[in-house]
Order: sequence, then C-alpha cells, then structure tokens
Amino acid sequence: MTIIERSASPAAASAASARAHRVFARSSRWRWEEIAFWILAAASIVAFPTHLVLIAQVLITGLFALSFDLLVGYAGIPSLGHAAFFGLGAYTAGLLARAGWGEPISGLLAAALVAGIFGLLLSVVVSRLTGIALIMITLGVGLLLYEAAHSARDLTGGDDGLSGITMWPVLGQFPFDFYGRTAVIYTFVVVFLLYLVARRIVNSPFGLELKGIRENVRRVPAIGVPLRYRYMVAFTVSAALAGVAGGLLAQITQTVALSVLSFDRSASVLIMVMIGGMGTLIGALAGAAAYMVAQDRLSDLNPVYWNFWVGLLLVLFVLFARGGLIGGADRFIAWIKSRRGGA
Amino acid sequence: MIGSFFFILFSGIAYGVLLFLMSAGLAVTQGLMRFANLAHAAFAMLGGYIAVTLMNDLGWPFLLTLPVAAFGTAIFAAVLERLLFRRFYNVSQLYQIMLTVGLVSMAAAAATYIWGATTQPVTMPAYLSGSSQIGGFSVDHYRLFLIAAGGLVVWGLIWAVDSTSFGAKVRAAVDNRRVAMSCGINVDRLFMSSFFIGSALAGLGGALAINLVGLSPTFAVDFLALVLIVVTLGGQGSMKGTLLAALLLGIVDVGGEYYLPQTGPFIIYALTVIVLFWKPNGLFVAA
Repeated sequence: MTIIERSASPAAASAASARAHRVFARSSRWRWEEIAFWILAAASIVAFPTHLVLIAQVLITGLFALSFDLLVGYAGIPSLGHAAFFGLGAYTAGLLARAGWGEPISGLLAAALVAGIFGLLLSVVVSRLTGIALIMITLGVGLLLYEAAHSARDLTGGDDGLSGITMWPVLGQFPFDFYGRTAVIYTFVVVFLLYLVARRIVNSPFGLELKGIRENVRRVPAIGVPLRYRYMVAFTVSAALAGVAGGLLAQITQTVALSVLSFDRSASVLIMVMIGGMGTLIGALAGAAAYMVAQDRLSDLNPVYWNFWVGLLLVLFVLFARGGLIGGADRFIAWIKSRRGGA
Repeated sequence: MIGSFFFILFSGIAYGVLLFLMSAGLAVTQGLMRFANLAHAAFAMLGGYIAVTLMNDLGWPFLLTLPVAAFGTAIFAAVLERLLFRRFYNVSQLYQIMLTVGLVSMAAAAATYIWGATTQPVTMPAYLSGSSQIGGFSVDHYRLFLIAAGGLVVWGLIWAVDSTSFGAKVRAAVDNRRVAMSCGINVDRLFMSSFFIGSALAGLGGALAINLVGLSPTFAVDFLALVLIVVTLGGQGSMKGTLLAALLLGIVDVGGEYYLPQTGPFIIYALTVIVLFWKPNGLFVAA
C-alpha cells in the first residue's frame, strides 16, 4: 500500500486507498458462522445449567485453539508444542493465586505476560528455522517444559498437580460459586473479548501480511515485509493468548494438572483446528467445541477407540476436506446460492 | 568408576544403534522429499509386533522373525506410501504433520485393540540372554549382539550410500532434487526404494528393540520425539550424521539415567533444544 501511495499521483493514491478500505471492510464483515457460534454459546449457558463447567472448558479450549490458528492458519508456522504456552499460563495464574494474589483479571494478565515473553524469546530462534527443525524445536520445548514441571515437584506439585488455589471475586463483585455460574460468564466474556481482538488482528494489514507469508514465503519479503519480525509478532501474540487460556483454566478449576503441558494437548489442538477449518478463527472455536462435546458424550467409550476415530477423522479431513467444518459450511451455502441463482 | 563408564558407553552404543536403525529411513526420505513423517516410529512398532506375534503365537525362533519383521513392515509402509503419502509431497508441511499425527493415533489404538495395552512378554533364546565377564567388565549378551548386528547393517548402509550408484543417486537427489531429475534420475522410483529400505530398517529396529525397551502401544508416541531428534541433530539425508547423532543420544540417555535418574528424559530434550539454538541445520552438517 505504502509504495503505491508514495509513487502514484494523488488521484490514483486515493483510489487505491479506497480500494484497500473496501477489501478490509469486506474481510472484517461478520460471517453468519461467527454470529451463530456466539449465539449458540450464550444460549447453551441458559439451556444447560448443569453443564456450566463443561461449557467454560469448551470456551477455554476454543481460545487455545484460536491462538493456535493464529500461528498455523494465518502465519503458517507449524507447531507441535503449543501446550507449552497454555501450561505456562496455567502455572503462572495458579502459582500467583497460591502465593496469595487471587485477583482474576491481573492473574490473566500475568499469565499472558509470562507466556508472551517466553513466546518472544522462542520466536527469535523459531523465525530462523524451517521444516523438520522447526517442528522439532516446538516439540522439544514442549517436552522440555513438561519434564521440567514433572521434576520440579516443590514448585508445581509434579504428578499430583497444583491445588489449593483460591480466587477472589471477579471485579471484586462476583465470587466463584459451586455451580460454575460466575466461572462460565467470566470465561465467556474474556474469550469473547479476545476473539474480537484476534479478529481485529487478522483483518488488519498485519493479518493480510501473515496470510501473504502463509501463501508465499518468498514473495512477501520481496514487497518489503520484514518476514522475521512478522513471525516473531505472530508467535508472541499466539503464545500470550494461549497463556490466557491456560490461566483461565487454572482459575476456574482452581487446580493445575500436569496435563496442561502434555503432548496430547498439543496434538489435540491440531486436530481441533483442522476439523473446524484452518485460518478462519471461528473454525478453531467450532472445532474445539465439536471435539470437546464429542469427547464428553463418548466418555464411556474406551479411550482407545476414541483415539482411533479421532485419528481417522484427522486423516479424512486432511485428505478430502482441508477447509474443515467452516469450509464445508461455506461451500454448502455457495451451492445453495448458486442453485437459487440458477433457477 | 571405570566399570560404570564402560557400562554407560556399552549400553549407550547399543541403544544408539537401535535409534539409528529406527531413524535412518526417515533421514533419507526426509532428505529426499522433505516429507515430515511423524509416523516413522509407528513402522518400528509394527516390526516389533510382527516379531512378537511370530515368536509367541507361532513359536518361531527370534532370529528368524527379524527378516520377516523388516520385510513385512516395508511392504505395509510401501502400500501406505503409494496410497496416502505421495499425495502429500507437494502440500504444506502442516498437512503432512496432521496426516501422520492422525496415523500415529490410529496405530496406537489399533495396536491396543489387536495386542492389548500391556507390555508384550518376550523370551530371548538362551544364547542371547545373560552376560559374561570379559576383561573384568560385565558384558550383556543381547547388547553385544545388537552392536554386532547393528554395526553390520550400519556398515552395509554407509557402503551402499557412499559406494554404489544407487547411493550416488540418492545423494544427488538429496542435494538438489530438480537438478537430479533433469540429469535423468527417476526420483520418484528412487524415493520408493529408499522408503522401502528405510521402513524395513525401522521394522528391524523395532523387532530388535522389544527386548531392550519393551513393546506396548505407546511405543510409536514414545519414540516419535527421539527419532525426530536423531534426524534433526544428524542433518537430514546424511547417514554418518544420523549415526553420530544416534550414538550421542544413546550414550547421553543412558548416562543421564545412570547419574541423574530423577530428571528422566529432560537431559535429552534440553540437549536438543540447545543444539538447535546453536546449529539449526544439525550438529553434523557442514554449515
């Protein structure tokens, strides 16, 4: 954009700028899937008062998947260790509350800060790597943190997890209750606000640059985008969001289990984003919801079979439906529209 | 002191040979096609289960199960490559990861369904169990066999890559696939044969591993990271680099378990991350 504005005549520049505004306006328009998801999420809180904790956990996992989508779906950086940031956030929020500071919102900020700083440090290295080395460093850091938390029993409780977390009321007004009412509304508001932030990011010129990087790594530097810094920013933002998700889980469940850092978590978020539809944000939330609800409904099923079907589903999606659920829904709508237009 | 040092070196090399067998195929195929196959360790697991089934259910002698495990695994892997993997050579690495993570998940579930969740019992023949005192050191027979047999395979493999025309073609294609193709090398067929050989080695490695590390459905996930670490540290496509990385990892792992048992695999992961910070293209690759 800047190049055009500088070089062309004023008239051409304003035409280009108007065109750019139209592009961003179009891409930032609310899609029906987004509206449907948030209405359903709000409605489910009213409709299923006995499942509030599950709903809150679905939203938290959705936020985690959203952060992962920013990384893989927009910046195109594959990662097998995203649970590292989730776990860092969870332990930060948990340890802070255990140490006597139970204020929830500043706890989330601390979780975001710690995970974000860790992400920034890691991004310095990650932005230099490609291919299998990139996968290996994310996997390696994830496993490293898991083992570190596992051994540091004095700090993290090791296998037994971290308990004895006491949270203060949200905003000093709403204490956490046994049924999870405060927890679910608090989670809903936080996740929704961060969804708006993430939406704003991907629909900005920065988001467009990220998509450009994903589509063609060589061409984007050629038009003057400093690739490395974009990678680093994307990685840091994604890490901070994952940290908030982890912090939320620690706060509403008032425990931190070692599984927040597990490889399973890093792998399942991959599955959720793939099922939902990569690079759509709302797909990550929808995929997380589909995954978690299915897992909850099928919890009496042997976990072995669950793993088999999830694996098969992932293979099928990656073979035949790379757009995921959201891509499929879009195609379905387009098909209906084309039929109506044709008739 | 010298005794424990010898033990670590000896056990570490034996473990390293295993890791090499399980990783060598991935190093070559990764170098040729840049295909991130996280399911490679699942091939090793399949080899292990083939060997166990032949021994326990059909009463085959251990040594006879090894070629069948290697060959059976290779056939299975080749079918998978033709049906699935080849569709993914030219797409984003992300999809390759998702495909192979899905396959690992299915493999673990299928192994539990067929063979059960417990560690498989294995009884080694008498000539491969026990240990002898050689020069004051206690030498475990199975590990000695592993080093000897593995060493033979390693020597054959390095000879094949360095001194045969097949090896020369592989090296050319790893260095520059497009130029190799324009010189008339059929990279697709080259890839198929190296995929076949690599999977056979993984199957052999899996069959040899069961007596040392045990075989259960988590094998594929447990070794996923180790195999990737070996390939990353060794530098993709380099046999000697992969061998050095595997031996180093084996010795560090055994040494870590001996001196700092409470840290678990922490040392290996820390070593990997530090090395990647310092030399992202692999430890044994000329910059």
